Amino acid sequence: MKRILMTLPMVLVLILGAFLYWGLNPDRNPNEIPSPLLGKSVPDFTLAGIDGVDVGGFGSAELSSGGIKLVNVFASWCVPCRAEHGVLIKLAARENVQLYGINYKDKPTDAQQWLAEMGNPYAAVGSDFSGRVGIEWGVSGVPETFIVSPDGVILYHYRGPLVGDTALRDFGEGLRRAREQIGQS
Amino acid sequence: MIPEFGHLALTLALAIACVQSVLPILGAGRGNVQWMQTARTTAILQAVLIAIAFGALMRSFMVSDFSVLNVVENSHSLKPMLFKMAGTWGSHEGSLLLWVFILAVFGAAVAVFGSNIPLSLKARTLSVQAWITVGFLSFLLFTSNPFLRVFPVPLDGNDLNPLLQDVGLAIHPPLLYIGYVGFSIVFSFAVAALIEGRVDPAWARWVRPWTLAAWVSLTAGITLGSWWAYYELGWGGWWFWDPVENVSFMPWLLGTALLHSAIVTEKRDTFKSWTILLAILTFSLSLLGTFIVRSGLLTSVHAFAVDPERGVYILALLGVSIGGSLTLFAARAGAMEPGGIFGTISRETGLMINNLLLATATATVLFGTLYPLFLEAIAGEKISVGPPFFNASFIPIMLPLVIVMGVGPFLPWKRADLPGVLTRLKWVAGISILAMIGVWYWTTKGPALGVLSIGAAVWLLLATMMEWSKRVKLFQEPFGASLRRARNLPRASHGMTLAHAGLAVCILGFVGSSAWKEEVVTFVEPGTDVKIAGFDVRFQGVEREMGPNYITQIGTLVVAKDGQFITTLHPERRTYPVAQSTTTESAIRQTVAGDLYASIVEPSAQSARGKWTLRIIYEPLVNFIWFGAALIVLGGLFSLSDRRLRVGVPKKRISRAVPAPAE
Repeated sequence: MKRILMTLPMVLVLILGAFLYWGLNPDRNPNEIPSPLLGKSVPDFTLAGIDGVDVGGFGSAELSSGGIKLVNVFASWCVPCRAEHGVLIKLAARENVQLYGINYKDKPTDAQQWLAEMGNPYAAVGSDFSGRVGIEWGVSGVPETFIVSPDGVILYHYRGPLVGDTALRDFGEGLRRAREQIGQS
Repeated sequence: MIPEFGHLALTLALAIACVQSVLPILGAGRGNVQWMQTARTTAILQAVLIAIAFGALMRSFMVSDFSVLNVVENSHSLKPMLFKMAGTWGSHEGSLLLWVFILAVFGAAVAVFGSNIPLSLKARTLSVQAWITVGFLSFLLFTSNPFLRVFPVPLDGNDLNPLLQDVGLAIHPPLLYIGYVGFSIVFSFAVAALIEGRVDPAWARWVRPWTLAAWVSLTAGITLGSWWAYYELGWGGWWFWDPVENVSFMPWLLGTALLHSAIVTEKRDTFKSWTILLAILTFSLSLLGTFIVRSGLLTSVHAFAVDPERGVYILALLGVSIGGSLTLFAARAGAMEPGGIFGTISRETGLMINNLLLATATATVLFGTLYPLFLEAIAGEKISVGPPFFNASFIPIMLPLVIVMGVGPFLPWKRADLPGVLTRLKWVAGISILAMIGVWYWTTKGPALGVLSIGAAVWLLLATMMEWSKRVKLFQEPFGASLRRARNLPRASHGMTLAHAGLAVCILGFVGSSAWKEEVVTFVEPGTDVKIAGFDVRFQGVEREMGPNYITQIGTLVVAKDGQFITTLHPERRTYPVAQSTTTESAIRQTVAGDLYASIVEPSAQSARGKWTLRIIYEPLVNFIWFGAALIVLGGLFSLSDRRLRVGVPKKRISRAVPAPAE
């Protein structure tokens, strides 16, 4: 009995060591804590369109039908969004996805001018001037991009601009997994 | 040339450590006195060689030798000299060198000052210490060489993080390391005792000063780090249960338990295998801390640059040292016969409760810290464990400990009269309850646990003071006689009183500043008024000024209470162009009652252009924390200076064996 008791610390430490060794896996990133919205339906919302933009607004209803969708949160005052915009245009053209835009805390006139100048890849753009809808989506900074399934469930959440190899690789991986999940090639 | 010199010195130190790890312990096994005595020479030589290496690296930092990669990455010619020097231990490589340096200094200190320790135990201890040195020196030389050159030589360095340009931070790591690494010598003593197969009161007495020295430094280091986060980082708090904070706190908790269980082993010749286990585990937790900080295993605000290869190396070191020592423990500890027996109500029992609670608290913190890792490994889920878990689990464990702490010192060894002691303490209990009612009457806003903790702190403070006055017969005898008694009391006894009272004062600070903290975060424009904790604060605006290596924006806040002007606060936002980063310099009005703490940040959303984010916090009693921690450290130092620790168990009078904390 005593012998077993004296061996206990060693056994516990060995188990702990195994966990620590597992934790050293270089692919593991402990700083990446996923959005709590993953796997949940998109929040209930409707956003009005922006005057002078040729596409209208949208809401949870539009996101709960059709195919796989991307929801991008952007603003004209956000510099990384400018860098990301070209990528979004290519993405919308190349991938078989519909791109929705939430225009976050932005003046409608600024947003309209920006889209006119840079091109509009979005199927619909809603103006979230108060930032209320952004809060519902758990947006912590712009730009952010969500992948939404055909029935309106959030499958993936990317924080930051989709610029550079790492970002595109991670996002592409997210998109590939999302497609696997819903059984679409 | 000098950096190569340092590199050579390190290599030589490794060779000498290899010799020290074999020769003395073999000598102790064969009874060869000459072999055993080599430990003294090698330990000192090792410390000198590593000191040379450390000095060489520091020199490279001081003269800004940008041909050394480490200097390029962690320094800049425009930095003030003090921070150039502190840059020596600002990086992974440099701090590891400091780690090994302290390890060697502790070994040398035992070799020089431990003249009352039997030769065979000393030889074995120093050999074990050398095993640790070999492990970490080889790690340093093979994976993290601080002396690597870079060519072509860059024109200037990449600066040290401006956040780290603070006096508090410059001395925080060395103190913390003295604490962390200081426990290595206790570990070595424990392993040596296991190899020798003998633990007795004398062993506990030799170990105690080293434990105390390490514990005092660790206490001071943790306090300084916390103080720095509070005053410098503008975090608006002093403890965040961040993994890196936790890994320094766990050795402290367990080290505290060790300190107390070693007393039982020393005085009553019992708790032997438990003391040995604590000695092993305390240093193991220090090693675990080193591993977690340097491997990027958990998400944290601190942490060095991450390299998986280094992680594997340290983990292997951990496995060998912790696994090895615990295997030895499993094989040998069962044979240690228990010593003195004791009654259910006795000082032994009191200290046992202390140990059980401290060990449980440590396990709780360990579990909370590593839980995200466990969960991710088993279920693939990612979460973070924050203050709510620790507050809900840690505080309920500590409260009974504080209550028992009030009673413990009254209990004599072997058998005690608990009802008698409690009768003596009835006034203390009464006043504590009155204090709780008073707090509750004053404000019902805070949590019930807060009121309870205040009562516990008052209880501990008064009981500790009463115990001391009982010892010196204060008010029972003439004042002069009491004073004489106080002078004749062993220093360790004063030390205990100081440390226990210090903890009580700390608790008042912990509770006051967390349970009754008020915080306002708001956008402000010049002229905006904010009300907090009875103060009226007016934001006057922000001005730009130039500092030596930064640009600063200074805000002006006028603070008034009941229409009376009190003070102006100047929180700053500094931009360091070279490092391309900004820091927050909070402004604080400090009083005994509490701190009014203000910081400003320019808002990130441009929709709020021209406005500033103002954060004002009122933290009641927060200064009690620093004052209480100072008392605890002072208590430790008092105890360390006790002459009983300097003399051997058979009352030999050796005056030069002063256990000094390593510099």
